[in-house]
Order: sequence, then structure tokens, then C-alpha cells
Amino acid sequence: MSAGLRPAGLRPPTVLRERDPRGRRLDLVLLLAVASLVGLGALLVWSATRQRMLDTGMAPTTFLTKHLVNAVIGLLLGSFAAFVDPRSLRAYAPVVYVASGIGLLVVLSPLGATVNGAHSWILLPAGFQIQPSEFAKVALVVGMAMLLGESRDGEAEPRDGDVLLVLALAAVPMALIMLQPDLGTTLVLVFVLLGVLSVAGAPARWIVGLLLAGVVVCAGAVQLHVLGDYQVARFAAFANPELDPRGVGYNTNQAKIAIGSGGVWGKGLFHGTQTNGRFIPEQQTDFVFTVAGEELGLVGAGTLVLLLGVVLWRGCRIAANAPDAFGRLVAAGVVSWFSFQSFVNIGMTLGIMPVTGLPLPFVSYGGSAMFANLVAVGLLQNVHRGSRD
Amino acid sequence: MTAPGQRPRLRLLVLQVLVVSILATLLGRLWFLQVYDGRAYAAAASQNRVREVVTTAPRGQVYDVTGKALVRNRTALVVSVDRARLLKEPADGEAVLRRLAPVVGKSAALLRQEITPCGGTVRPPCWRGSPYQPVPVQEFAPDDAAGLRRVLRVEERKEDFPAVVTRFAAVREYPAGTTAAHVLGYLGPISPQETRLPQYADVQESALVGRSGVEATYDTALRGRDGVQTLLVDHVGTVTGTQSETAPQAGDSLVLSIDAGVQAAAEQALAHAVAKARTLPDRGGDGTYKADSGSVVVMEAKTGRVVAMASYPSYDPSVFVGGASDEEYASLVDEARGAPLVFRAIQGAYAPASTFKAVSTAAVLEDGYPRDGTYQCPGAYAPLGGKRNFEGESFGPVTLRTAIVRSCDTIFYDFAYKEWLRDGGNTPVAHPKDPMVRMAQRFGLGTRTGVDLPSERSGTIADRAFLQQRWERLKANFCKGAVNPARSPERRRADKEFCDDGNRFRGGDAANFAIGQGDTLVTPLQLATVYGAIANGGKLLVPHVGRALLSADGTTVHEVRPVLRGRVPVSPVDLAFLRDALHGVTTEGTARGSFAGFPVAVAGKTGTGEVAGKQDTAWFASFAPVEDPELVVVGMVSQGGTGATTAAPMVREVYDAIYGVGRPSVLPGGKLPTALPVVRPDGTVGPPGTKVPVKPVLGPYVPPAAPARTSR
Repeated sequence: MSAGLRPAGLRPPTVLRERDPRGRRLDLVLLLAVASLVGLGALLVWSATRQRMLDTGMAPTTFLTKHLVNAVIGLLLGSFAAFVDPRSLRAYAPVVYVASGIGLLVVLSPLGATVNGAHSWILLPAGFQIQPSEFAKVALVVGMAMLLGESRDGEAEPRDGDVLLVLALAAVPMALIMLQPDLGTTLVLVFVLLGVLSVAGAPARWIVGLLLAGVVVCAGAVQLHVLGDYQVARFAAFANPELDPRGVGYNTNQAKIAIGSGGVWGKGLFHGTQTNGRFIPEQQTDFVFTVAGEELGLVGAGTLVLLLGVVLWRGCRIAANAPDAFGRLVAAGVVSWFSFQSFVNIGMTLGIMPVTGLPLPFVSYGGSAMFANLVAVGLLQNVHRGSRD
Repeated sequence: MTAPGQRPRLRLLVLQVLVVSILATLLGRLWFLQVYDGRAYAAAASQNRVREVVTTAPRGQVYDVTGKALVRNRTALVVSVDRARLLKEPADGEAVLRRLAPVVGKSAALLRQEITPCGGTVRPPCWRGSPYQPVPVQEFAPDDAAGLRRVLRVEERKEDFPAVVTRFAAVREYPAGTTAAHVLGYLGPISPQETRLPQYADVQESALVGRSGVEATYDTALRGRDGVQTLLVDHVGTVTGTQSETAPQAGDSLVLSIDAGVQAAAEQALAHAVAKARTLPDRGGDGTYKADSGSVVVMEAKTGRVVAMASYPSYDPSVFVGGASDEEYASLVDEARGAPLVFRAIQGAYAPASTFKAVSTAAVLEDGYPRDGTYQCPGAYAPLGGKRNFEGESFGPVTLRTAIVRSCDTIFYDFAYKEWLRDGGNTPVAHPKDPMVRMAQRFGLGTRTGVDLPSERSGTIADRAFLQQRWERLKANFCKGAVNPARSPERRRADKEFCDDGNRFRGGDAANFAIGQGDTLVTPLQLATVYGAIANGGKLLVPHVGRALLSADGTTVHEVRPVLRGRVPVSPVDLAFLRDALHGVTTEGTARGSFAGFPVAVAGKTGTGEVAGKQDTAWFASFAPVEDPELVVVGMVSQGGTGATTAAPMVREVYDAIYGVGRPSVLPGGKLPTALPVVRPDGTVGPPGTKVPVKPVLGPYVPPAAPARTSR
């Protein structure tokens, strides 16, 4: 690609340094951190599913294999996102947005399927299934970056009209996901929206207004019983986990017991009693962090948190050094997404956040999420490759 | 304009701060869970994956001194409902309960009530044990063929009866019926709070523990140790292996010093005396005696071993098998029905009346009054405002021996009054000598005897300290009453008197004390130890009902030895004098009618306690044979009349049974066997024989400290 085709005339001469070969390279630290997380995740998924597979007479590596296949597919998708021309990236953005929107509509149609209480899936032939809401995250990040970053190249702050346009853009997937209903993913989108708007420099009144609106909507949803009973129950259980240790508070209690009993050094991989006794439902997806806590202890779980920290730190750095507003907003959106989702996921296993069905980026088992996460990392790498240092 | 990207960088800072705080929060929380609280969660994790299956140890049996079984175990088939599992069934398991109802012969609604844990608004019938423990709803004896067939159907169609558990369990059985019910005691389920107490450290939730009698005192030994199998389970409770296993250890059997024959004779004599008293005209009133309660204690004079301890009214200990209902328990402690659960021998305290004169006489003799002196016994004692003798009788000048034989009160008034004057009278000296109070204390009155039974009362000595304490407690009320215009002038005057100096130990108080009337209270067992000390030459012994603990294989693991509480400060000569005087009571004195023609020389003292607002308490305290006393027998009937008419004949009836007068003896030789009963290899127990105990522990029984509770 050629930077000369950009509106280079507006830029200072330093722009030329973008073409420094160093800038074309990948962010190796980010790559290494993500690779480590994916590898660690594979071990944890293996440990979480090994006993269950043995109990049901299947190969203990069933989930591990599928997980690794997912990772390889994700790697390909991510590479594409990393090496594609940024301009064509912008061109793809509407396509991805529309495609994910259609996917979300299909989920609500009779073709949609319910897995583990969430009606978020489309079943495909040959046992494959996809979760369009994961791709909606990517679509929203790129879409918002385009709308807010394209026209003025980041030098001017978005005006009210721009903000309204972005809100309209975000409202569609949010509404569709809320209808599934998937509160967790909706909240991720809200957080991404807030993050991107803040970094874009939207007027503070919009940020504050959106936050207030969010609080009002949440309160209203509880009052008007828009939320499912199970969602209200989860919040109640979060507020008081001992309320019903055999019912809704069960997951949280067992998760805390698993992590707490891991101690400093953990019980060793494959040696977690909570994990092997299958006390924690959904352990390979939403509660995968409990395997780390129990079997690898503070050392392993802490390393996992720090690796996520490295990803987020590199993301922030890439945003700061982004060549243009589009790149900066893409990176900011991805960082918002990963940080919120990681915090909610780990927080819920630690008993400091309510239970919402959000997977842990790179670590949890699940194809769609893995693809979306690695595409997002590819986007970060893409932005990095265009950056000035 | 700022450098390009400057403002976006500032905005990014917000995101960076957010990221850092998120990481810090997660790591901090992780540290808190895994390090700070890690131990608790590790315990929770190990508790999570293990389940304990408890095999209840067979509880030890209780035998009398000859090896006769008083408490045995009977195997019963117990049907229980696991409420936690039942609630997981459709409609909370209503269909299961309806199917179970005809099997156990109870309605489904009643079953539902019985398994619901008590508390809050839940009224009985309800379950008092742990909510996680299966609730027993019915038990079937092994000879109940029809019942067993019905239960068998439950076992055959397990799928129709989820949450219904059937298992064999040992329940208490009383082959001797109600004999010695109070001594034996009963069992009750342990409460969740009690499981934290050290003595119950190894007791499973809702297990049965001794609640009263020897079942309570010797609970730890009788209980044995439950077997625990620790199973490893997964999240659905599927057993994946066994972590550890300990076999149940049967409880020790307890041999009592109680002789079932003497016990039964004592209970019978007590019942006869009560029945007879209810036909006698009340001395002070116009009806007959109520005879609401009573007690007989038979104790070995030289060892303190209790041979019989009867209490009237009694109850059937088997009402506690399977748990007494609230109504049953309420009626057992209902005053209007005589509170049968109260063990009068150690929990009933009464004015000892003239039986106390043995103590007063000892005090007088040790105070220096000559044994063979002559003393005036007028019908009324002038220095105390003409305080009258019993029934106002006058005997003129008599010896001290005669004073006891005839039970003269006025002589003791004079002793008490003079001793009181010596102590300063109404202006007492700094350290009054109070010889009679001191002697009563040295005879162990006012303190518990230390018998191996729970909830013993200490009784009261109405001395200066007692008056002071009572005055301080009640003064305010009386002072208010003294100025209450609503009351009669006499009542106000009386209140004012108490308000002013109710704490003063008056001459009248001293005189009353000397003849055992007033506020001094003793239990029948206390009085037995007093007469035991006189009989055995001055040794105040701790009474015991436990004789030995035998392990399941027959070895004696513990032998209860006599324990000396103290020696009474009475010279041997004076004790011999007392024994002789007390002998005179049955030959020429107040009890001569009851003991006329009795072949064994009995020494004793009648007593008639005057109780405000109640009829007289009848007492007779005695020992025999006089020349070498073996046994002490004390009898008491509350509101039963005079000692001579009610209590002495009752005690005579006990002696008749013991010495075989007019009927076969229940205690040949008038002595307990010195050897212990023999446990045969098949676990049955035979009468005392030749088997030699193998290194038993000697001394009073002290429950061993249980080891720290393991995680469960």
C-alpha cells in the first residue's frame, strides 16, 4: 500500500517516517502475549473438559482439539485483519456491520438456537454453530471508528450530529442483542460506545448523559420486569451469594471455593478437586478462570491477569501512536471491549461482579468469540503497522 | 494549537487509568481469595468433595449391681424421610408422602408437619434435629411382622419412594419398666449449638445423647465412638472413592450400685406410704394428707454407694424413646400433676425438721454440753415468748438421750438460745461461733453431695449470711409494702419489721434452726450422707450410683471407688452416743410403733417439717444394723403427715424387704455384692462371679476429653 494516496498534504513531514520499515512490523509483544493467553487457555479448557469427556466415554482431548482448531482459524482471520490495506478495511466495515446485523436477525428467527439459556446462536450444518453477537462487537468498533474518524481525521471533536449518528449505528445491534436477551454482550457494546466516544472527544454532556441513561434504563428494566427472572435472580445472588447456595448463588460460591482453594501455587494442572469433581458448570467457557485459580494458584491466575494487562497496555500504546483518528478509535474500541469483558468475566468468578454470560477473551472455549477476539488483535496490529514509531 | 495528537493522548489517558485500575482490582481480589482467605476456601473445597457416612456405635447398656439389665438396646426398623431430597420431587414430594402414609400409619399431612424443622411460626409436631438429617417418622419392632412387610414394599419399590430411608437402629428399652427411671435418665437429640461443645466433639448432628440421670453423667462412655466412612464424591454426589474409614466402637456398659430388688421395694414402700397418707386426717387441717411427692434413699453407710433411690411420682422412661412430644414433656414437668420428672431424692429440698437434731446434738456435744447432763423439757420455752414444744408436750427434766428419743424441741431451743446469746444476741459479736451452723456445714448441708447425677440441688442453711442475702433481695418490696395504705395495718407492720431488720439473726431463728424448721432445706440424699457419717464413724462420703464401666468384651475399664468428702468434727464417743440415742428412737421413742418386733437393730430419727401454706413433711432417717451399720435408709413424704405415722412405717417396709422380714429378702445378707457382674463372651451379663477385673481405673468417673473434631 502507499501512504502517498492519503491526504498527506495536511501532515507534517514526519509522516514520512511511517514508511520506516520498523513501522511495518507487527507488535511482537502483543503477539506474544496473545499467543501465551491462547496457549494457556488451551491447557485450561483441556483440564476443565478432560474429566467430563472421560466420564462420557469420549476422548479427553475432544475440546482441546476443537479449541486449537478454532485458534488456527482465528489466527488466519486475524492475519487477514492485520495485513489488509487499512483503506479496504474501511471498505469492509459496512459489509461486516450489515452481515452481523443480518446474523443477529437470523438468531431471532426460527433458525436461531438456544445454548445454555442464551438464545444467541445459529446452528450450521455439520455441528457448527456461530454466535453473531461476537462479530457485532468487531463491526461496531470499526463502524464507529469510521464514522467518527474518517471525516476530520481526528483533529476536530465530533459534533452532536456525529454523536447521534454513532448512537443510531450502535442502537441496532444493541437492540437485537438485548432481544436475545444477552445483557452481558449489550453491556460490552455500551462500554465500547462510551470508550470510543470519550477517546474521540465527544462532548462531555453526551458521555454523562449516556451514563445516566444507562442507569435509568437498567433501573427501569428491573422495575418493569423487562429482564428475565433469572437475570434479576443473578443480581440478587451477586448482592448476597449465601442467599441460595444451591440455586443461583451456586456458581459464584463454587467458583470462589475453586479459586480460593488454589492458594499461592495451585493444586497443579489436572489436579483441581473442584474442577475434576465438576462442581462448576460452564467451566470451559465463562468460568474458565476458575481452573487457572484452582490448579495454577495465585501465580498462574496472576500471570493470566498480567498477560491480559500486557494486551491492554499494547492496545493503549497502539492507540496513542495511531497514524490517524480511525486507527486510534479502532484501538481504543478494542481496548474498551477487552478490558470490560475481562473485568466482568474474572470479576464474576471472584465474586465481585454479577454472573453474566461473558467469555474471557482468548482463554474461554468458543469459536465465534475466539475468531472475533483474534480479528480484533489483527486490527490492533494493522493500526500498529501504520503507526509512526 | 497543541501538537497533533496531544488532546487524543490526554483522552487515552482515561482509558489507561481505567485499564490499570481494573488490573489492580482483579489482582487484589485474587490475592484476597487465594492468600488471605485461602485456608477457609481450601477447607470448603475438601468439604465439598467428601461425604461422611456414619455408623452409629451401639450405646452401652445399664445393669444393676447384680447384672440385671435396666436399660437395653432393642433393634428397630426405622423409616425416615430425607426432607432435602423430598423437596426436589414434584409438588415437594406430596405424592411420595401420600404413598408413604399407609405404610407408616400416619396421614400425609401429619408426615409433612413432622419433617418440617421447628422454629419461627412452625408449631409442633415438627422436627427438632438438623434440617439436613433424615427425619425418623416411624419405627417397627422386629416382631411386628405386618409392619415389616409394609416396609419391605417400600424397599422393593424404591423408585416410588425417593427420599424415604429405612434402616435398622438401636433404640433404648427398659426391661425393668419404670424401676429407677429417675436414676437411669433418658436420651434426647443433640441440638446444633451443643455439637460445638467440647464434650460432644465427636457426636454427629441430631444424634441422641444422655439428657438426665446416668445416661447424662456417663454419656461419653456409654456413647462409644461412631464409625465414620469418608467418601469422595463429585458434584452430583456420585461416590468416586473412600478417603478414610473408622469402625464404630461400642459404648461401655454401666454397672450401677443400684440393686433392682431394693429399688423396686423402695418404690413400692413409697407408693404404699403415699396411698396410706392420703387416708390419714391432716393434723392441722380438716381433710386428709395430699402426699404429693416423696423419696426413699438407700445407701451403703461405709462406701456411699447408693442401693436405691426412689422418687414419687415417677414416669415411664420409654416415653422418651423416639422423642417425647411437647404435651408429654409438659405433663412430666407440670406442677399440678406433681412434676414426675423432678428427681425428689436430689432435686427436692425440704425442711429436715427433727431429723436435723442429730446434727444439733453433735454441735451441742462438741460445744461442751455434757452427754449425761439433765435438761429441762417444758411444754413452752419462756425466753422465746413461750415458743411451744411439738404438740405442746412437757417431759420435765430429761437426759440428752431422752430428748432425742422423745424428740423434745424446747431443750434444743434452750441450747440454741444460749449459744445465740453467747454470740451477742441481737447485737452479734464480730465473729459469731454459731456452733450449729458450723456443724451443719461440716455435715455437708448447703452444698451438693457430688453424686454422679446431673442437676443436683444444694439445699440451704438458713444462717446469718442467708438472712442477709434474702433481706437485700427483698428489702425494697417490703419497704414499699410497709407504707402501702391498701394493706391491713398488721400486714404493714410485718412488712415494716422485715424492711427495718429482716437481716437480723434472732433468737427465734437460732431456735428454729436447731430443730430443722424454717428456711433450712436438705435433699433426701444429703440427709442420707449425714446419717451415713454418724453410722460409719464420721466419714462424710460422696454418694455414687455408678459402680463400674465394662467394655464390650467384659473387661472392667473403670471402677468407681468411694470418695471421702470430709470427716465430721464429732468425737467417736459422741458418735457412739448419737447412735445409741437414735437406736432408742426405734425401741422406746417416736418410731417404736413402726419397729416393734423388728429383728435387726435400727437407729433412726423421725421428723415432721412444718411448711408455711403446706401440710407437714414426714421424714425418717435411719441406719442399720446399729452395732455395725451397713445401710442408711432415708424416707420422706411431702405433705404426708408426721414422721412417726407416715415416714417411719415406710422405711420399716424397706427394711422388711432388705432383711426378709415376713417375706423373702431382696438383698440377702443386707449387703451389696462386692464383686462386679460378669460379662460373658456373647455379650450377656451374669451375676457377680469369679472373673477378675483387669486393671480398672479407680476413683470417680471423669469423662475423657474428646479429641478435636475433624472436618466433616
